[in-house]
Amino acid sequence: MQQLWLIPILPLLGFLLNGLFGKRFSKPVINTIAVGSVVLSFLWVLKTLTGLSAFSGGLEETYKEHYYTWIQSGALNISVDFAIDRLTAVMLMVVTGVGALIHIYAVGYMAHEGGYYRFFAYLNLFMFFMLILVLGANFLILFVGWEGVGLCSYLLIGFYFLEKFATDAGNKAFIVNRIGDFGFVLAIFLVFIHFGTLDFATVFAQVRGMPVEASAGIFTAISLLLLVGATGKSAQIPLYVWLPDAMAGPTPVSALIHAATMVTAGVYMIARTSQIYLHSTNALEIVALVGLTTAFVAATIGLAQNDIKKVFAYSTVSQLGYMFLGLGTGAFSAGIFHLMTHAFFKALLFLGAGSVIHALSGEQDLRQMGGLRKHIPITFVTLMCAGVAIAGVPPFSGYHSKDMILEAAYQHAPWMYWVGVFTAGMTAFYVFRALFLCFFGKYRGHHHPHESPAVMWMPLAILALLSLGGGYINVPKFLEPIFPLAEGGTEPWLTYVSVAAGLGGIALAYLFYVLSPSLPESLANSFKGVYTLIYNKYFVDEFYDAAVVEPMVDGSRQLLWRVGDTRLIDGFANGIGTTARGIGGILRRAQSGYIRSYAAWVLAGAILAIAYIGFMGAPR
Amino acid sequence: MPLHFGPLPAAVPPSWYLMLSAILFALGVLGFLLRRNIITVFMSIELMLNAVNLSFITFSYMLKRVDGHIFSFFVMVVAAAEAAVGLAIILTVFKNRQTLEIDEVSSLKN
Amino acid sequence: MDALLFMIFAAIAVICGINLVVQTHPISSALSLVGVMGALAALYLLLGGEFIAAAQLVVYAGAIMVLFVFVIMLLNAGAEKKPKIRPMGKYLGAPLLLLFFGMMAYLIQQILPSSPPVVFGAFQGGTAADIGRSLFTVYLLPFEVTSVLILIAILGAIVLARKEVD
Repeated sequence: MQQLWLIPILPLLGFLLNGLFGKRFSKPVINTIAVGSVVLSFLWVLKTLTGLSAFSGGLEETYKEHYYTWIQSGALNISVDFAIDRLTAVMLMVVTGVGALIHIYAVGYMAHEGGYYRFFAYLNLFMFFMLILVLGANFLILFVGWEGVGLCSYLLIGFYFLEKFATDAGNKAFIVNRIGDFGFVLAIFLVFIHFGTLDFATVFAQVRGMPVEASAGIFTAISLLLLVGATGKSAQIPLYVWLPDAMAGPTPVSALIHAATMVTAGVYMIARTSQIYLHSTNALEIVALVGLTTAFVAATIGLAQNDIKKVFAYSTVSQLGYMFLGLGTGAFSAGIFHLMTHAFFKALLFLGAGSVIHALSGEQDLRQMGGLRKHIPITFVTLMCAGVAIAGVPPFSGYHSKDMILEAAYQHAPWMYWVGVFTAGMTAFYVFRALFLCFFGKYRGHHHPHESPAVMWMPLAILALLSLGGGYINVPKFLEPIFPLAEGGTEPWLTYVSVAAGLGGIALAYLFYVLSPSLPESLANSFKGVYTLIYNKYFVDEFYDAAVVEPMVDGSRQLLWRVGDTRLIDGFANGIGTTARGIGGILRRAQSGYIRSYAAWVLAGAILAIAYIGFMGAPR
Repeated sequence: MPLHFGPLPAAVPPSWYLMLSAILFALGVLGFLLRRNIITVFMSIELMLNAVNLSFITFSYMLKRVDGHIFSFFVMVVAAAEAAVGLAIILTVFKNRQTLEIDEVSSLKN
Repeated sequence: MDALLFMIFAAIAVICGINLVVQTHPISSALSLVGVMGALAALYLLLGGEFIAAAQLVVYAGAIMVLFVFVIMLLNAGAEKKPKIRPMGKYLGAPLLLLFFGMMAYLIQQILPSSPPVVFGAFQGGTAADIGRSLFTVYLLPFEVTSVLILIAILGAIVLARKEVD
């Protein structure tokens, strides 16, 4: 037994200790418990994987540990099982490794914030649920983790709960997630109906033996419903609207949950259920389309944002779109590879942004920054590393994973490749726009920037190294037992074009924001309509508000509250009281106080008694 | 009903006594329900008791036993006691309310 | 002879009973009641209850009714005002009575379809000796209990009717 359960339980212990007793602990104690639990979890992952010889060619089969039977009801038999295969191994390393780094960073970032112990308690709870999600060996355990991370996301987004926009954002995240979860639950039901079990191994074994269905069929249905769940959790069209608002939470939260781990749960889930998707080509097509569209649209929105965290949020949505594109074109391992590299450079981008914000004592608007590379050099260097990584500049990590996806896209449908390349160019552009606006030029703000403490820039440095060199971790080769690699070479010019797009984006950003800073303004004014559309995120939020939220709230108020609650339920309850009072009022008339009426009643009773005795045969 | 319309019979069947008892009892009830003076109501009660006494004696005659007389005796004793206490109550009520109207004594209303 | 006596005394009883109910002044009602009791005493005699007849006259008519008359005098109860019969009494009382009366008539006829007529002297068991024997042997317990009852009644009457102690 490798004691897999320790991996999630350690953060859970951290949550319990900090949550229950954190109020009385001093900061160093809270730090030790919170960071220590995650670091220990990471070490345990390493130990487990080494024990399973994962790094030396082992772990070809799934390693499963059974704990106990959870639900036993008729045909339904669900047990708490954890399983590790190579896919899980990748996820575990990413989650615990990047998670540990972010925990360390948060120690510095949150040093001056209130609710210190609560923050780390929630963060640990999140790690617990995420690890359950990744380790789960059946749909239900995965779903438990799925819901749990949604809950923690809500708690952490609304961490500054005294601010209305923060609690609103938390609500939005949770509610939109729930819409996705509805699809996921329906998928689980369908899986159970058709396969009789929710265990991954059993279900996929059955699936392998069944024929491929192109369109309407059980596989398409399940796949599409799972996709609905994934779009909710991984912020794809149409359920991506919560992610930009989620930036209301503290920056470490944005880094951990909304860049590196939780939002990748959808990608992981689709990769995990790849067998089902492979049996429904239409569903795969839709996955790819959703991913591509999201990547493109989000990139366009990111072009015009002024809040540094919002830029990176849309960047996350866009990169997740890339991952979905990878999955949808059949290159599952490419999608997971990009998941890992994205975790590195996106976490770095967010943490770096947090460092900038910390340096400027809370300023997030790019228009108030500038020329900071002299003031916060370490942050500058690390963020530049992340920038080149995300732009796809070889030989850094982003290039490897993005290139693999684009190649798979070309194999699938060339037009997808071209859209993807254009988006890559936009990605490079807006990321470097943010970086140039932030670090170059003249400082436009009023604060006194100061470098972050070591506890903050150390994780940045480590992540920078990973962003630069992470591309050489050959994840697709590692995942080969699960996701067989596609045969055949690829045309070299594909790579050159995508790299050129990335470099072109950087150059354009340099032109716009360093060489001639007035250019973007004039351009925006010329294309006023387009610019307004992009700047306002295509008015999607407003549309949802009008089309979905308002009618629901109105309907709820008019129908359910006014009629249902007030009239029916209250009326019923009050009606019982009124009826009782009415009956009592009638019966009260017998108590008239008049002796003679009492006498009349006595007489009536006497007559009844005599009648009964006389006519009903009392003994004579 | 063995009512013979014709020359008067020499003796009357005991059922006639019982009929008389019933009539007197009914009259007592009537007075109890319809009169408003407390004392008159009380006297109607006494009338009812007397009617019952008559019926007891009649049954005693029919069954040729003395027990009916004993019952009647006890009824009388109890009536005496009840009259004493009842009149005392009437006196108290009169002292407190200055009225003998039975309808005025309705504090237990509702 | 017996029938005639029955008729006379029955008539007296009924007429006095009706008078009791109809009269407005309580004293008239009291005197009517005395009449009823007297008639009933004669009827008891006809039925062979000589002791009871005597007790009726002595205790009932002689003591209880006198008590009634005293109280009426004490309270100076005047004639009743025009009675305003409540709807409950008017619409409920009379039909009930008729019903009651009818029921009794029927039951009586059922129970006693034919019995030997009442003859004065046919029942000799109502003498004082018989009653005394029965009272002190078979009915001893009720007898003692009634004596306690009378004691309680006396106490109650005294307590109820005494002057307020300030």
